[in-house]
Amino acid sequence: MSIISEKITPADQLVSLFKQSIETLNQGSSPILNRMREVSIKRFAQTGIPDFRSEDYKYTNLKPAFEKNYRHELVRETGLINLNEVFKSNIPQLDSTLVFLVNGWFYSGNNPGAELPKGVVLGGLEQIANDRPELLENYMNRQAGLSNDPFVALNTAFAKDGFFLFVPKGVLIEKPVQVINLLSSDENLMATQRNLIIAEAGSQVKIVVCDVTLSASSILYNTVSEIFAGEDALVDVYTIQNLNNLSTSINSAFCRQQRNSNLVTGIVSLHGGLIRNNLKVTFNGEHAEANVNGISFTDKKQHVDNNTLIEHSSPNCLSNQIYKNILDDESTGAFAGRIHVARDAQQTNAFQRNNNVLLSDKARMQTKPQLIIDADDVKCSHGATVGQINEEALFFLRARGIGEKDARMMLMNAFAHEVILKINLEPLRDRIDELIEKRLNGEISRFHEQLSE
Amino acid sequence: MLSIKNLRASVEGKEILKGINLEVKAGEVHAIMGPNGSGKSTLANILAGKAEYEILEGEVTFLGQDLLELSPEVRSRSGIFLSFQYPVEIPGVPMVNFLKASVNEHRKFKGLAPLTAGEFLKLLRAKKEMLHLDTELTNRSVNEGFSGGEKKKNEIFQMAMLEPKLAILDETDSGLDIDALRIVAEGVNALKTPENATILVTHYQRLLDYIVPDFVHVLYKGKIVLSGGKELALELEEKGYDWIKNGNE
Repeated sequence: MSIISEKITPADQLVSLFKQSIETLNQGSSPILNRMREVSIKRFAQTGIPDFRSEDYKYTNLKPAFEKNYRHELVRETGLINLNEVFKSNIPQLDSTLVFLVNGWFYSGNNPGAELPKGVVLGGLEQIANDRPELLENYMNRQAGLSNDPFVALNTAFAKDGFFLFVPKGVLIEKPVQVINLLSSDENLMATQRNLIIAEAGSQVKIVVCDVTLSASSILYNTVSEIFAGEDALVDVYTIQNLNNLSTSINSAFCRQQRNSNLVTGIVSLHGGLIRNNLKVTFNGEHAEANVNGISFTDKKQHVDNNTLIEHSSPNCLSNQIYKNILDDESTGAFAGRIHVARDAQQTNAFQRNNNVLLSDKARMQTKPQLIIDADDVKCSHGATVGQINEEALFFLRARGIGEKDARMMLMNAFAHEVILKINLEPLRDRIDELIEKRLNGEISRFHEQLSE
Repeated sequence: MLSIKNLRASVEGKEILKGINLEVKAGEVHAIMGPNGSGKSTLANILAGKAEYEILEGEVTFLGQDLLELSPEVRSRSGIFLSFQYPVEIPGVPMVNFLKASVNEHRKFKGLAPLTAGEFLKLLRAKKEMLHLDTELTNRSVNEGFSGGEKKKNEIFQMAMLEPKLAILDETDSGLDIDALRIVAEGVNALKTPENATILVTHYQRLLDYIVPDFVHVLYKGKIVLSGGKELALELEEKGYDWIKNGNE
């Protein structure tokens, strides 16, 4: 599907592809999605792919990723799924309602929500936008549409499917919903996915998202999620990213919280060539609380960038952020965390911390906390550290007979532990501990290497 | 058991130990005393294998092996235990996991199978009782939020779990109130057998009221300037370190 042409930029190519494919994009897709396309591609065309001159993308250069030639799946393809692979990426300890998507397309057709409480709607965005447009009407693109980010605009222009979850007023979903995003292609692939999560007043839900590449090809995965937490709602969203070294993930999440709602997010970037996570939380009512956390592991030439923005638009809200990175070899990382306290948002509590461990001389970390406070009665703090493994602790462990390699592993696990503890799902915590061990002992890298043989 | 011959060592180019000679046999308790900065902790850390020191000269053998050749972990598994002056806090590493890893590494070294969870808990309980430990140390992260006294008790607890051949207690008494000191001292005494040895590194004589040494050595400016029996400690207490300093200049 890609266009071979000279002297035009990757952004131009994407705009041309859009123009050529507009009928395909609109076909079978709800007007709710289709009506956003033209304006979004225009917005994307105006900005193009940002480079280091853009403040938001100063530390993350996505240009090389967009210069590759990609195949696009503008229509649903079948026969892609290998169930054995699906089960491999499952979290066996976690009793969950499982759905899976392949390259951004929802493939769990057999009513995965059957065991969910009455009124809950779980499915593919494409189908539900067609069948139940009234559910999306007040939410679709209401948060993402406010963003100036070109990749979000690109996503909105091309998005056809993704996962959708609606939890009606007062409903508690006890079993976590597990969303497995499989990425698999023989050729390089640009995948677009659009998710929408609506938790109405007083509802509760925990969502576990696993992104995993199952092929050696280069995948550019552009995913946008909008999360709406109604009054008193409790929403947890945990994401595990496990992509091969040629792949790029641009993962943007927009959360809006009503009064008294509580949001917990945790993003574990286990493996991937280039990962950029954008997270925006907007408080749209008093006494709401957001705990947003992340941990990343990078080696070789990998890069992980977490970019957060907490909009304290309402008084009496609380936000906590802990982001950590463990960087080895020549890998690089970035964290930019912005907290904005609006003029009337008195009694705001906003805390942010970014701690980083460099395991090699060549690894580099850029960290940029930013507080913009327009109210006068607030408690805000931010802090960042970049350091090495604690040599005193390492010696202590070795002096008790624990070998150097094991002692280092123990200390890295301990460093990560603070973030893992924020996850309110014990089986997931245990699984992530296991995955971190596999990450640090090289097993996860070998999984990706084997796929390229 | 331990033989130190003419040990000279420096840190960041500054010579701290200027020719130490010491022989420790099984069943013996040695106290190394001296004013601050005399090199006591340096000696303790070098024996445990801390990397930041440069050995300029001399040799150290432990049970016939060249100790200076061994990594800290192999020294520990071979039977050397350093009770740290300032035990480090390690948030996120649960005491139980750490102790289990430590005990099982020691067992592996001796060719023994790792302890099962049940066996390990039994051992844990037995050692706690033996030391009369009332505070709950094991369900927390290593030393995290521990008081000074708890940290030192925790060191002795680890010592009890590992049953070393040579225990080096670096200023174990500093910062301890009298009750904590008594618990620590009773622990050390309870662990004493004719087969193991203890080196007490201390600034004060106080600890030696509770753990009676066979030999007392006075370390000053990187050298052992005086050795004697337990009565030397009392003499030092009475006359103060100035007695040594003046006598040496």
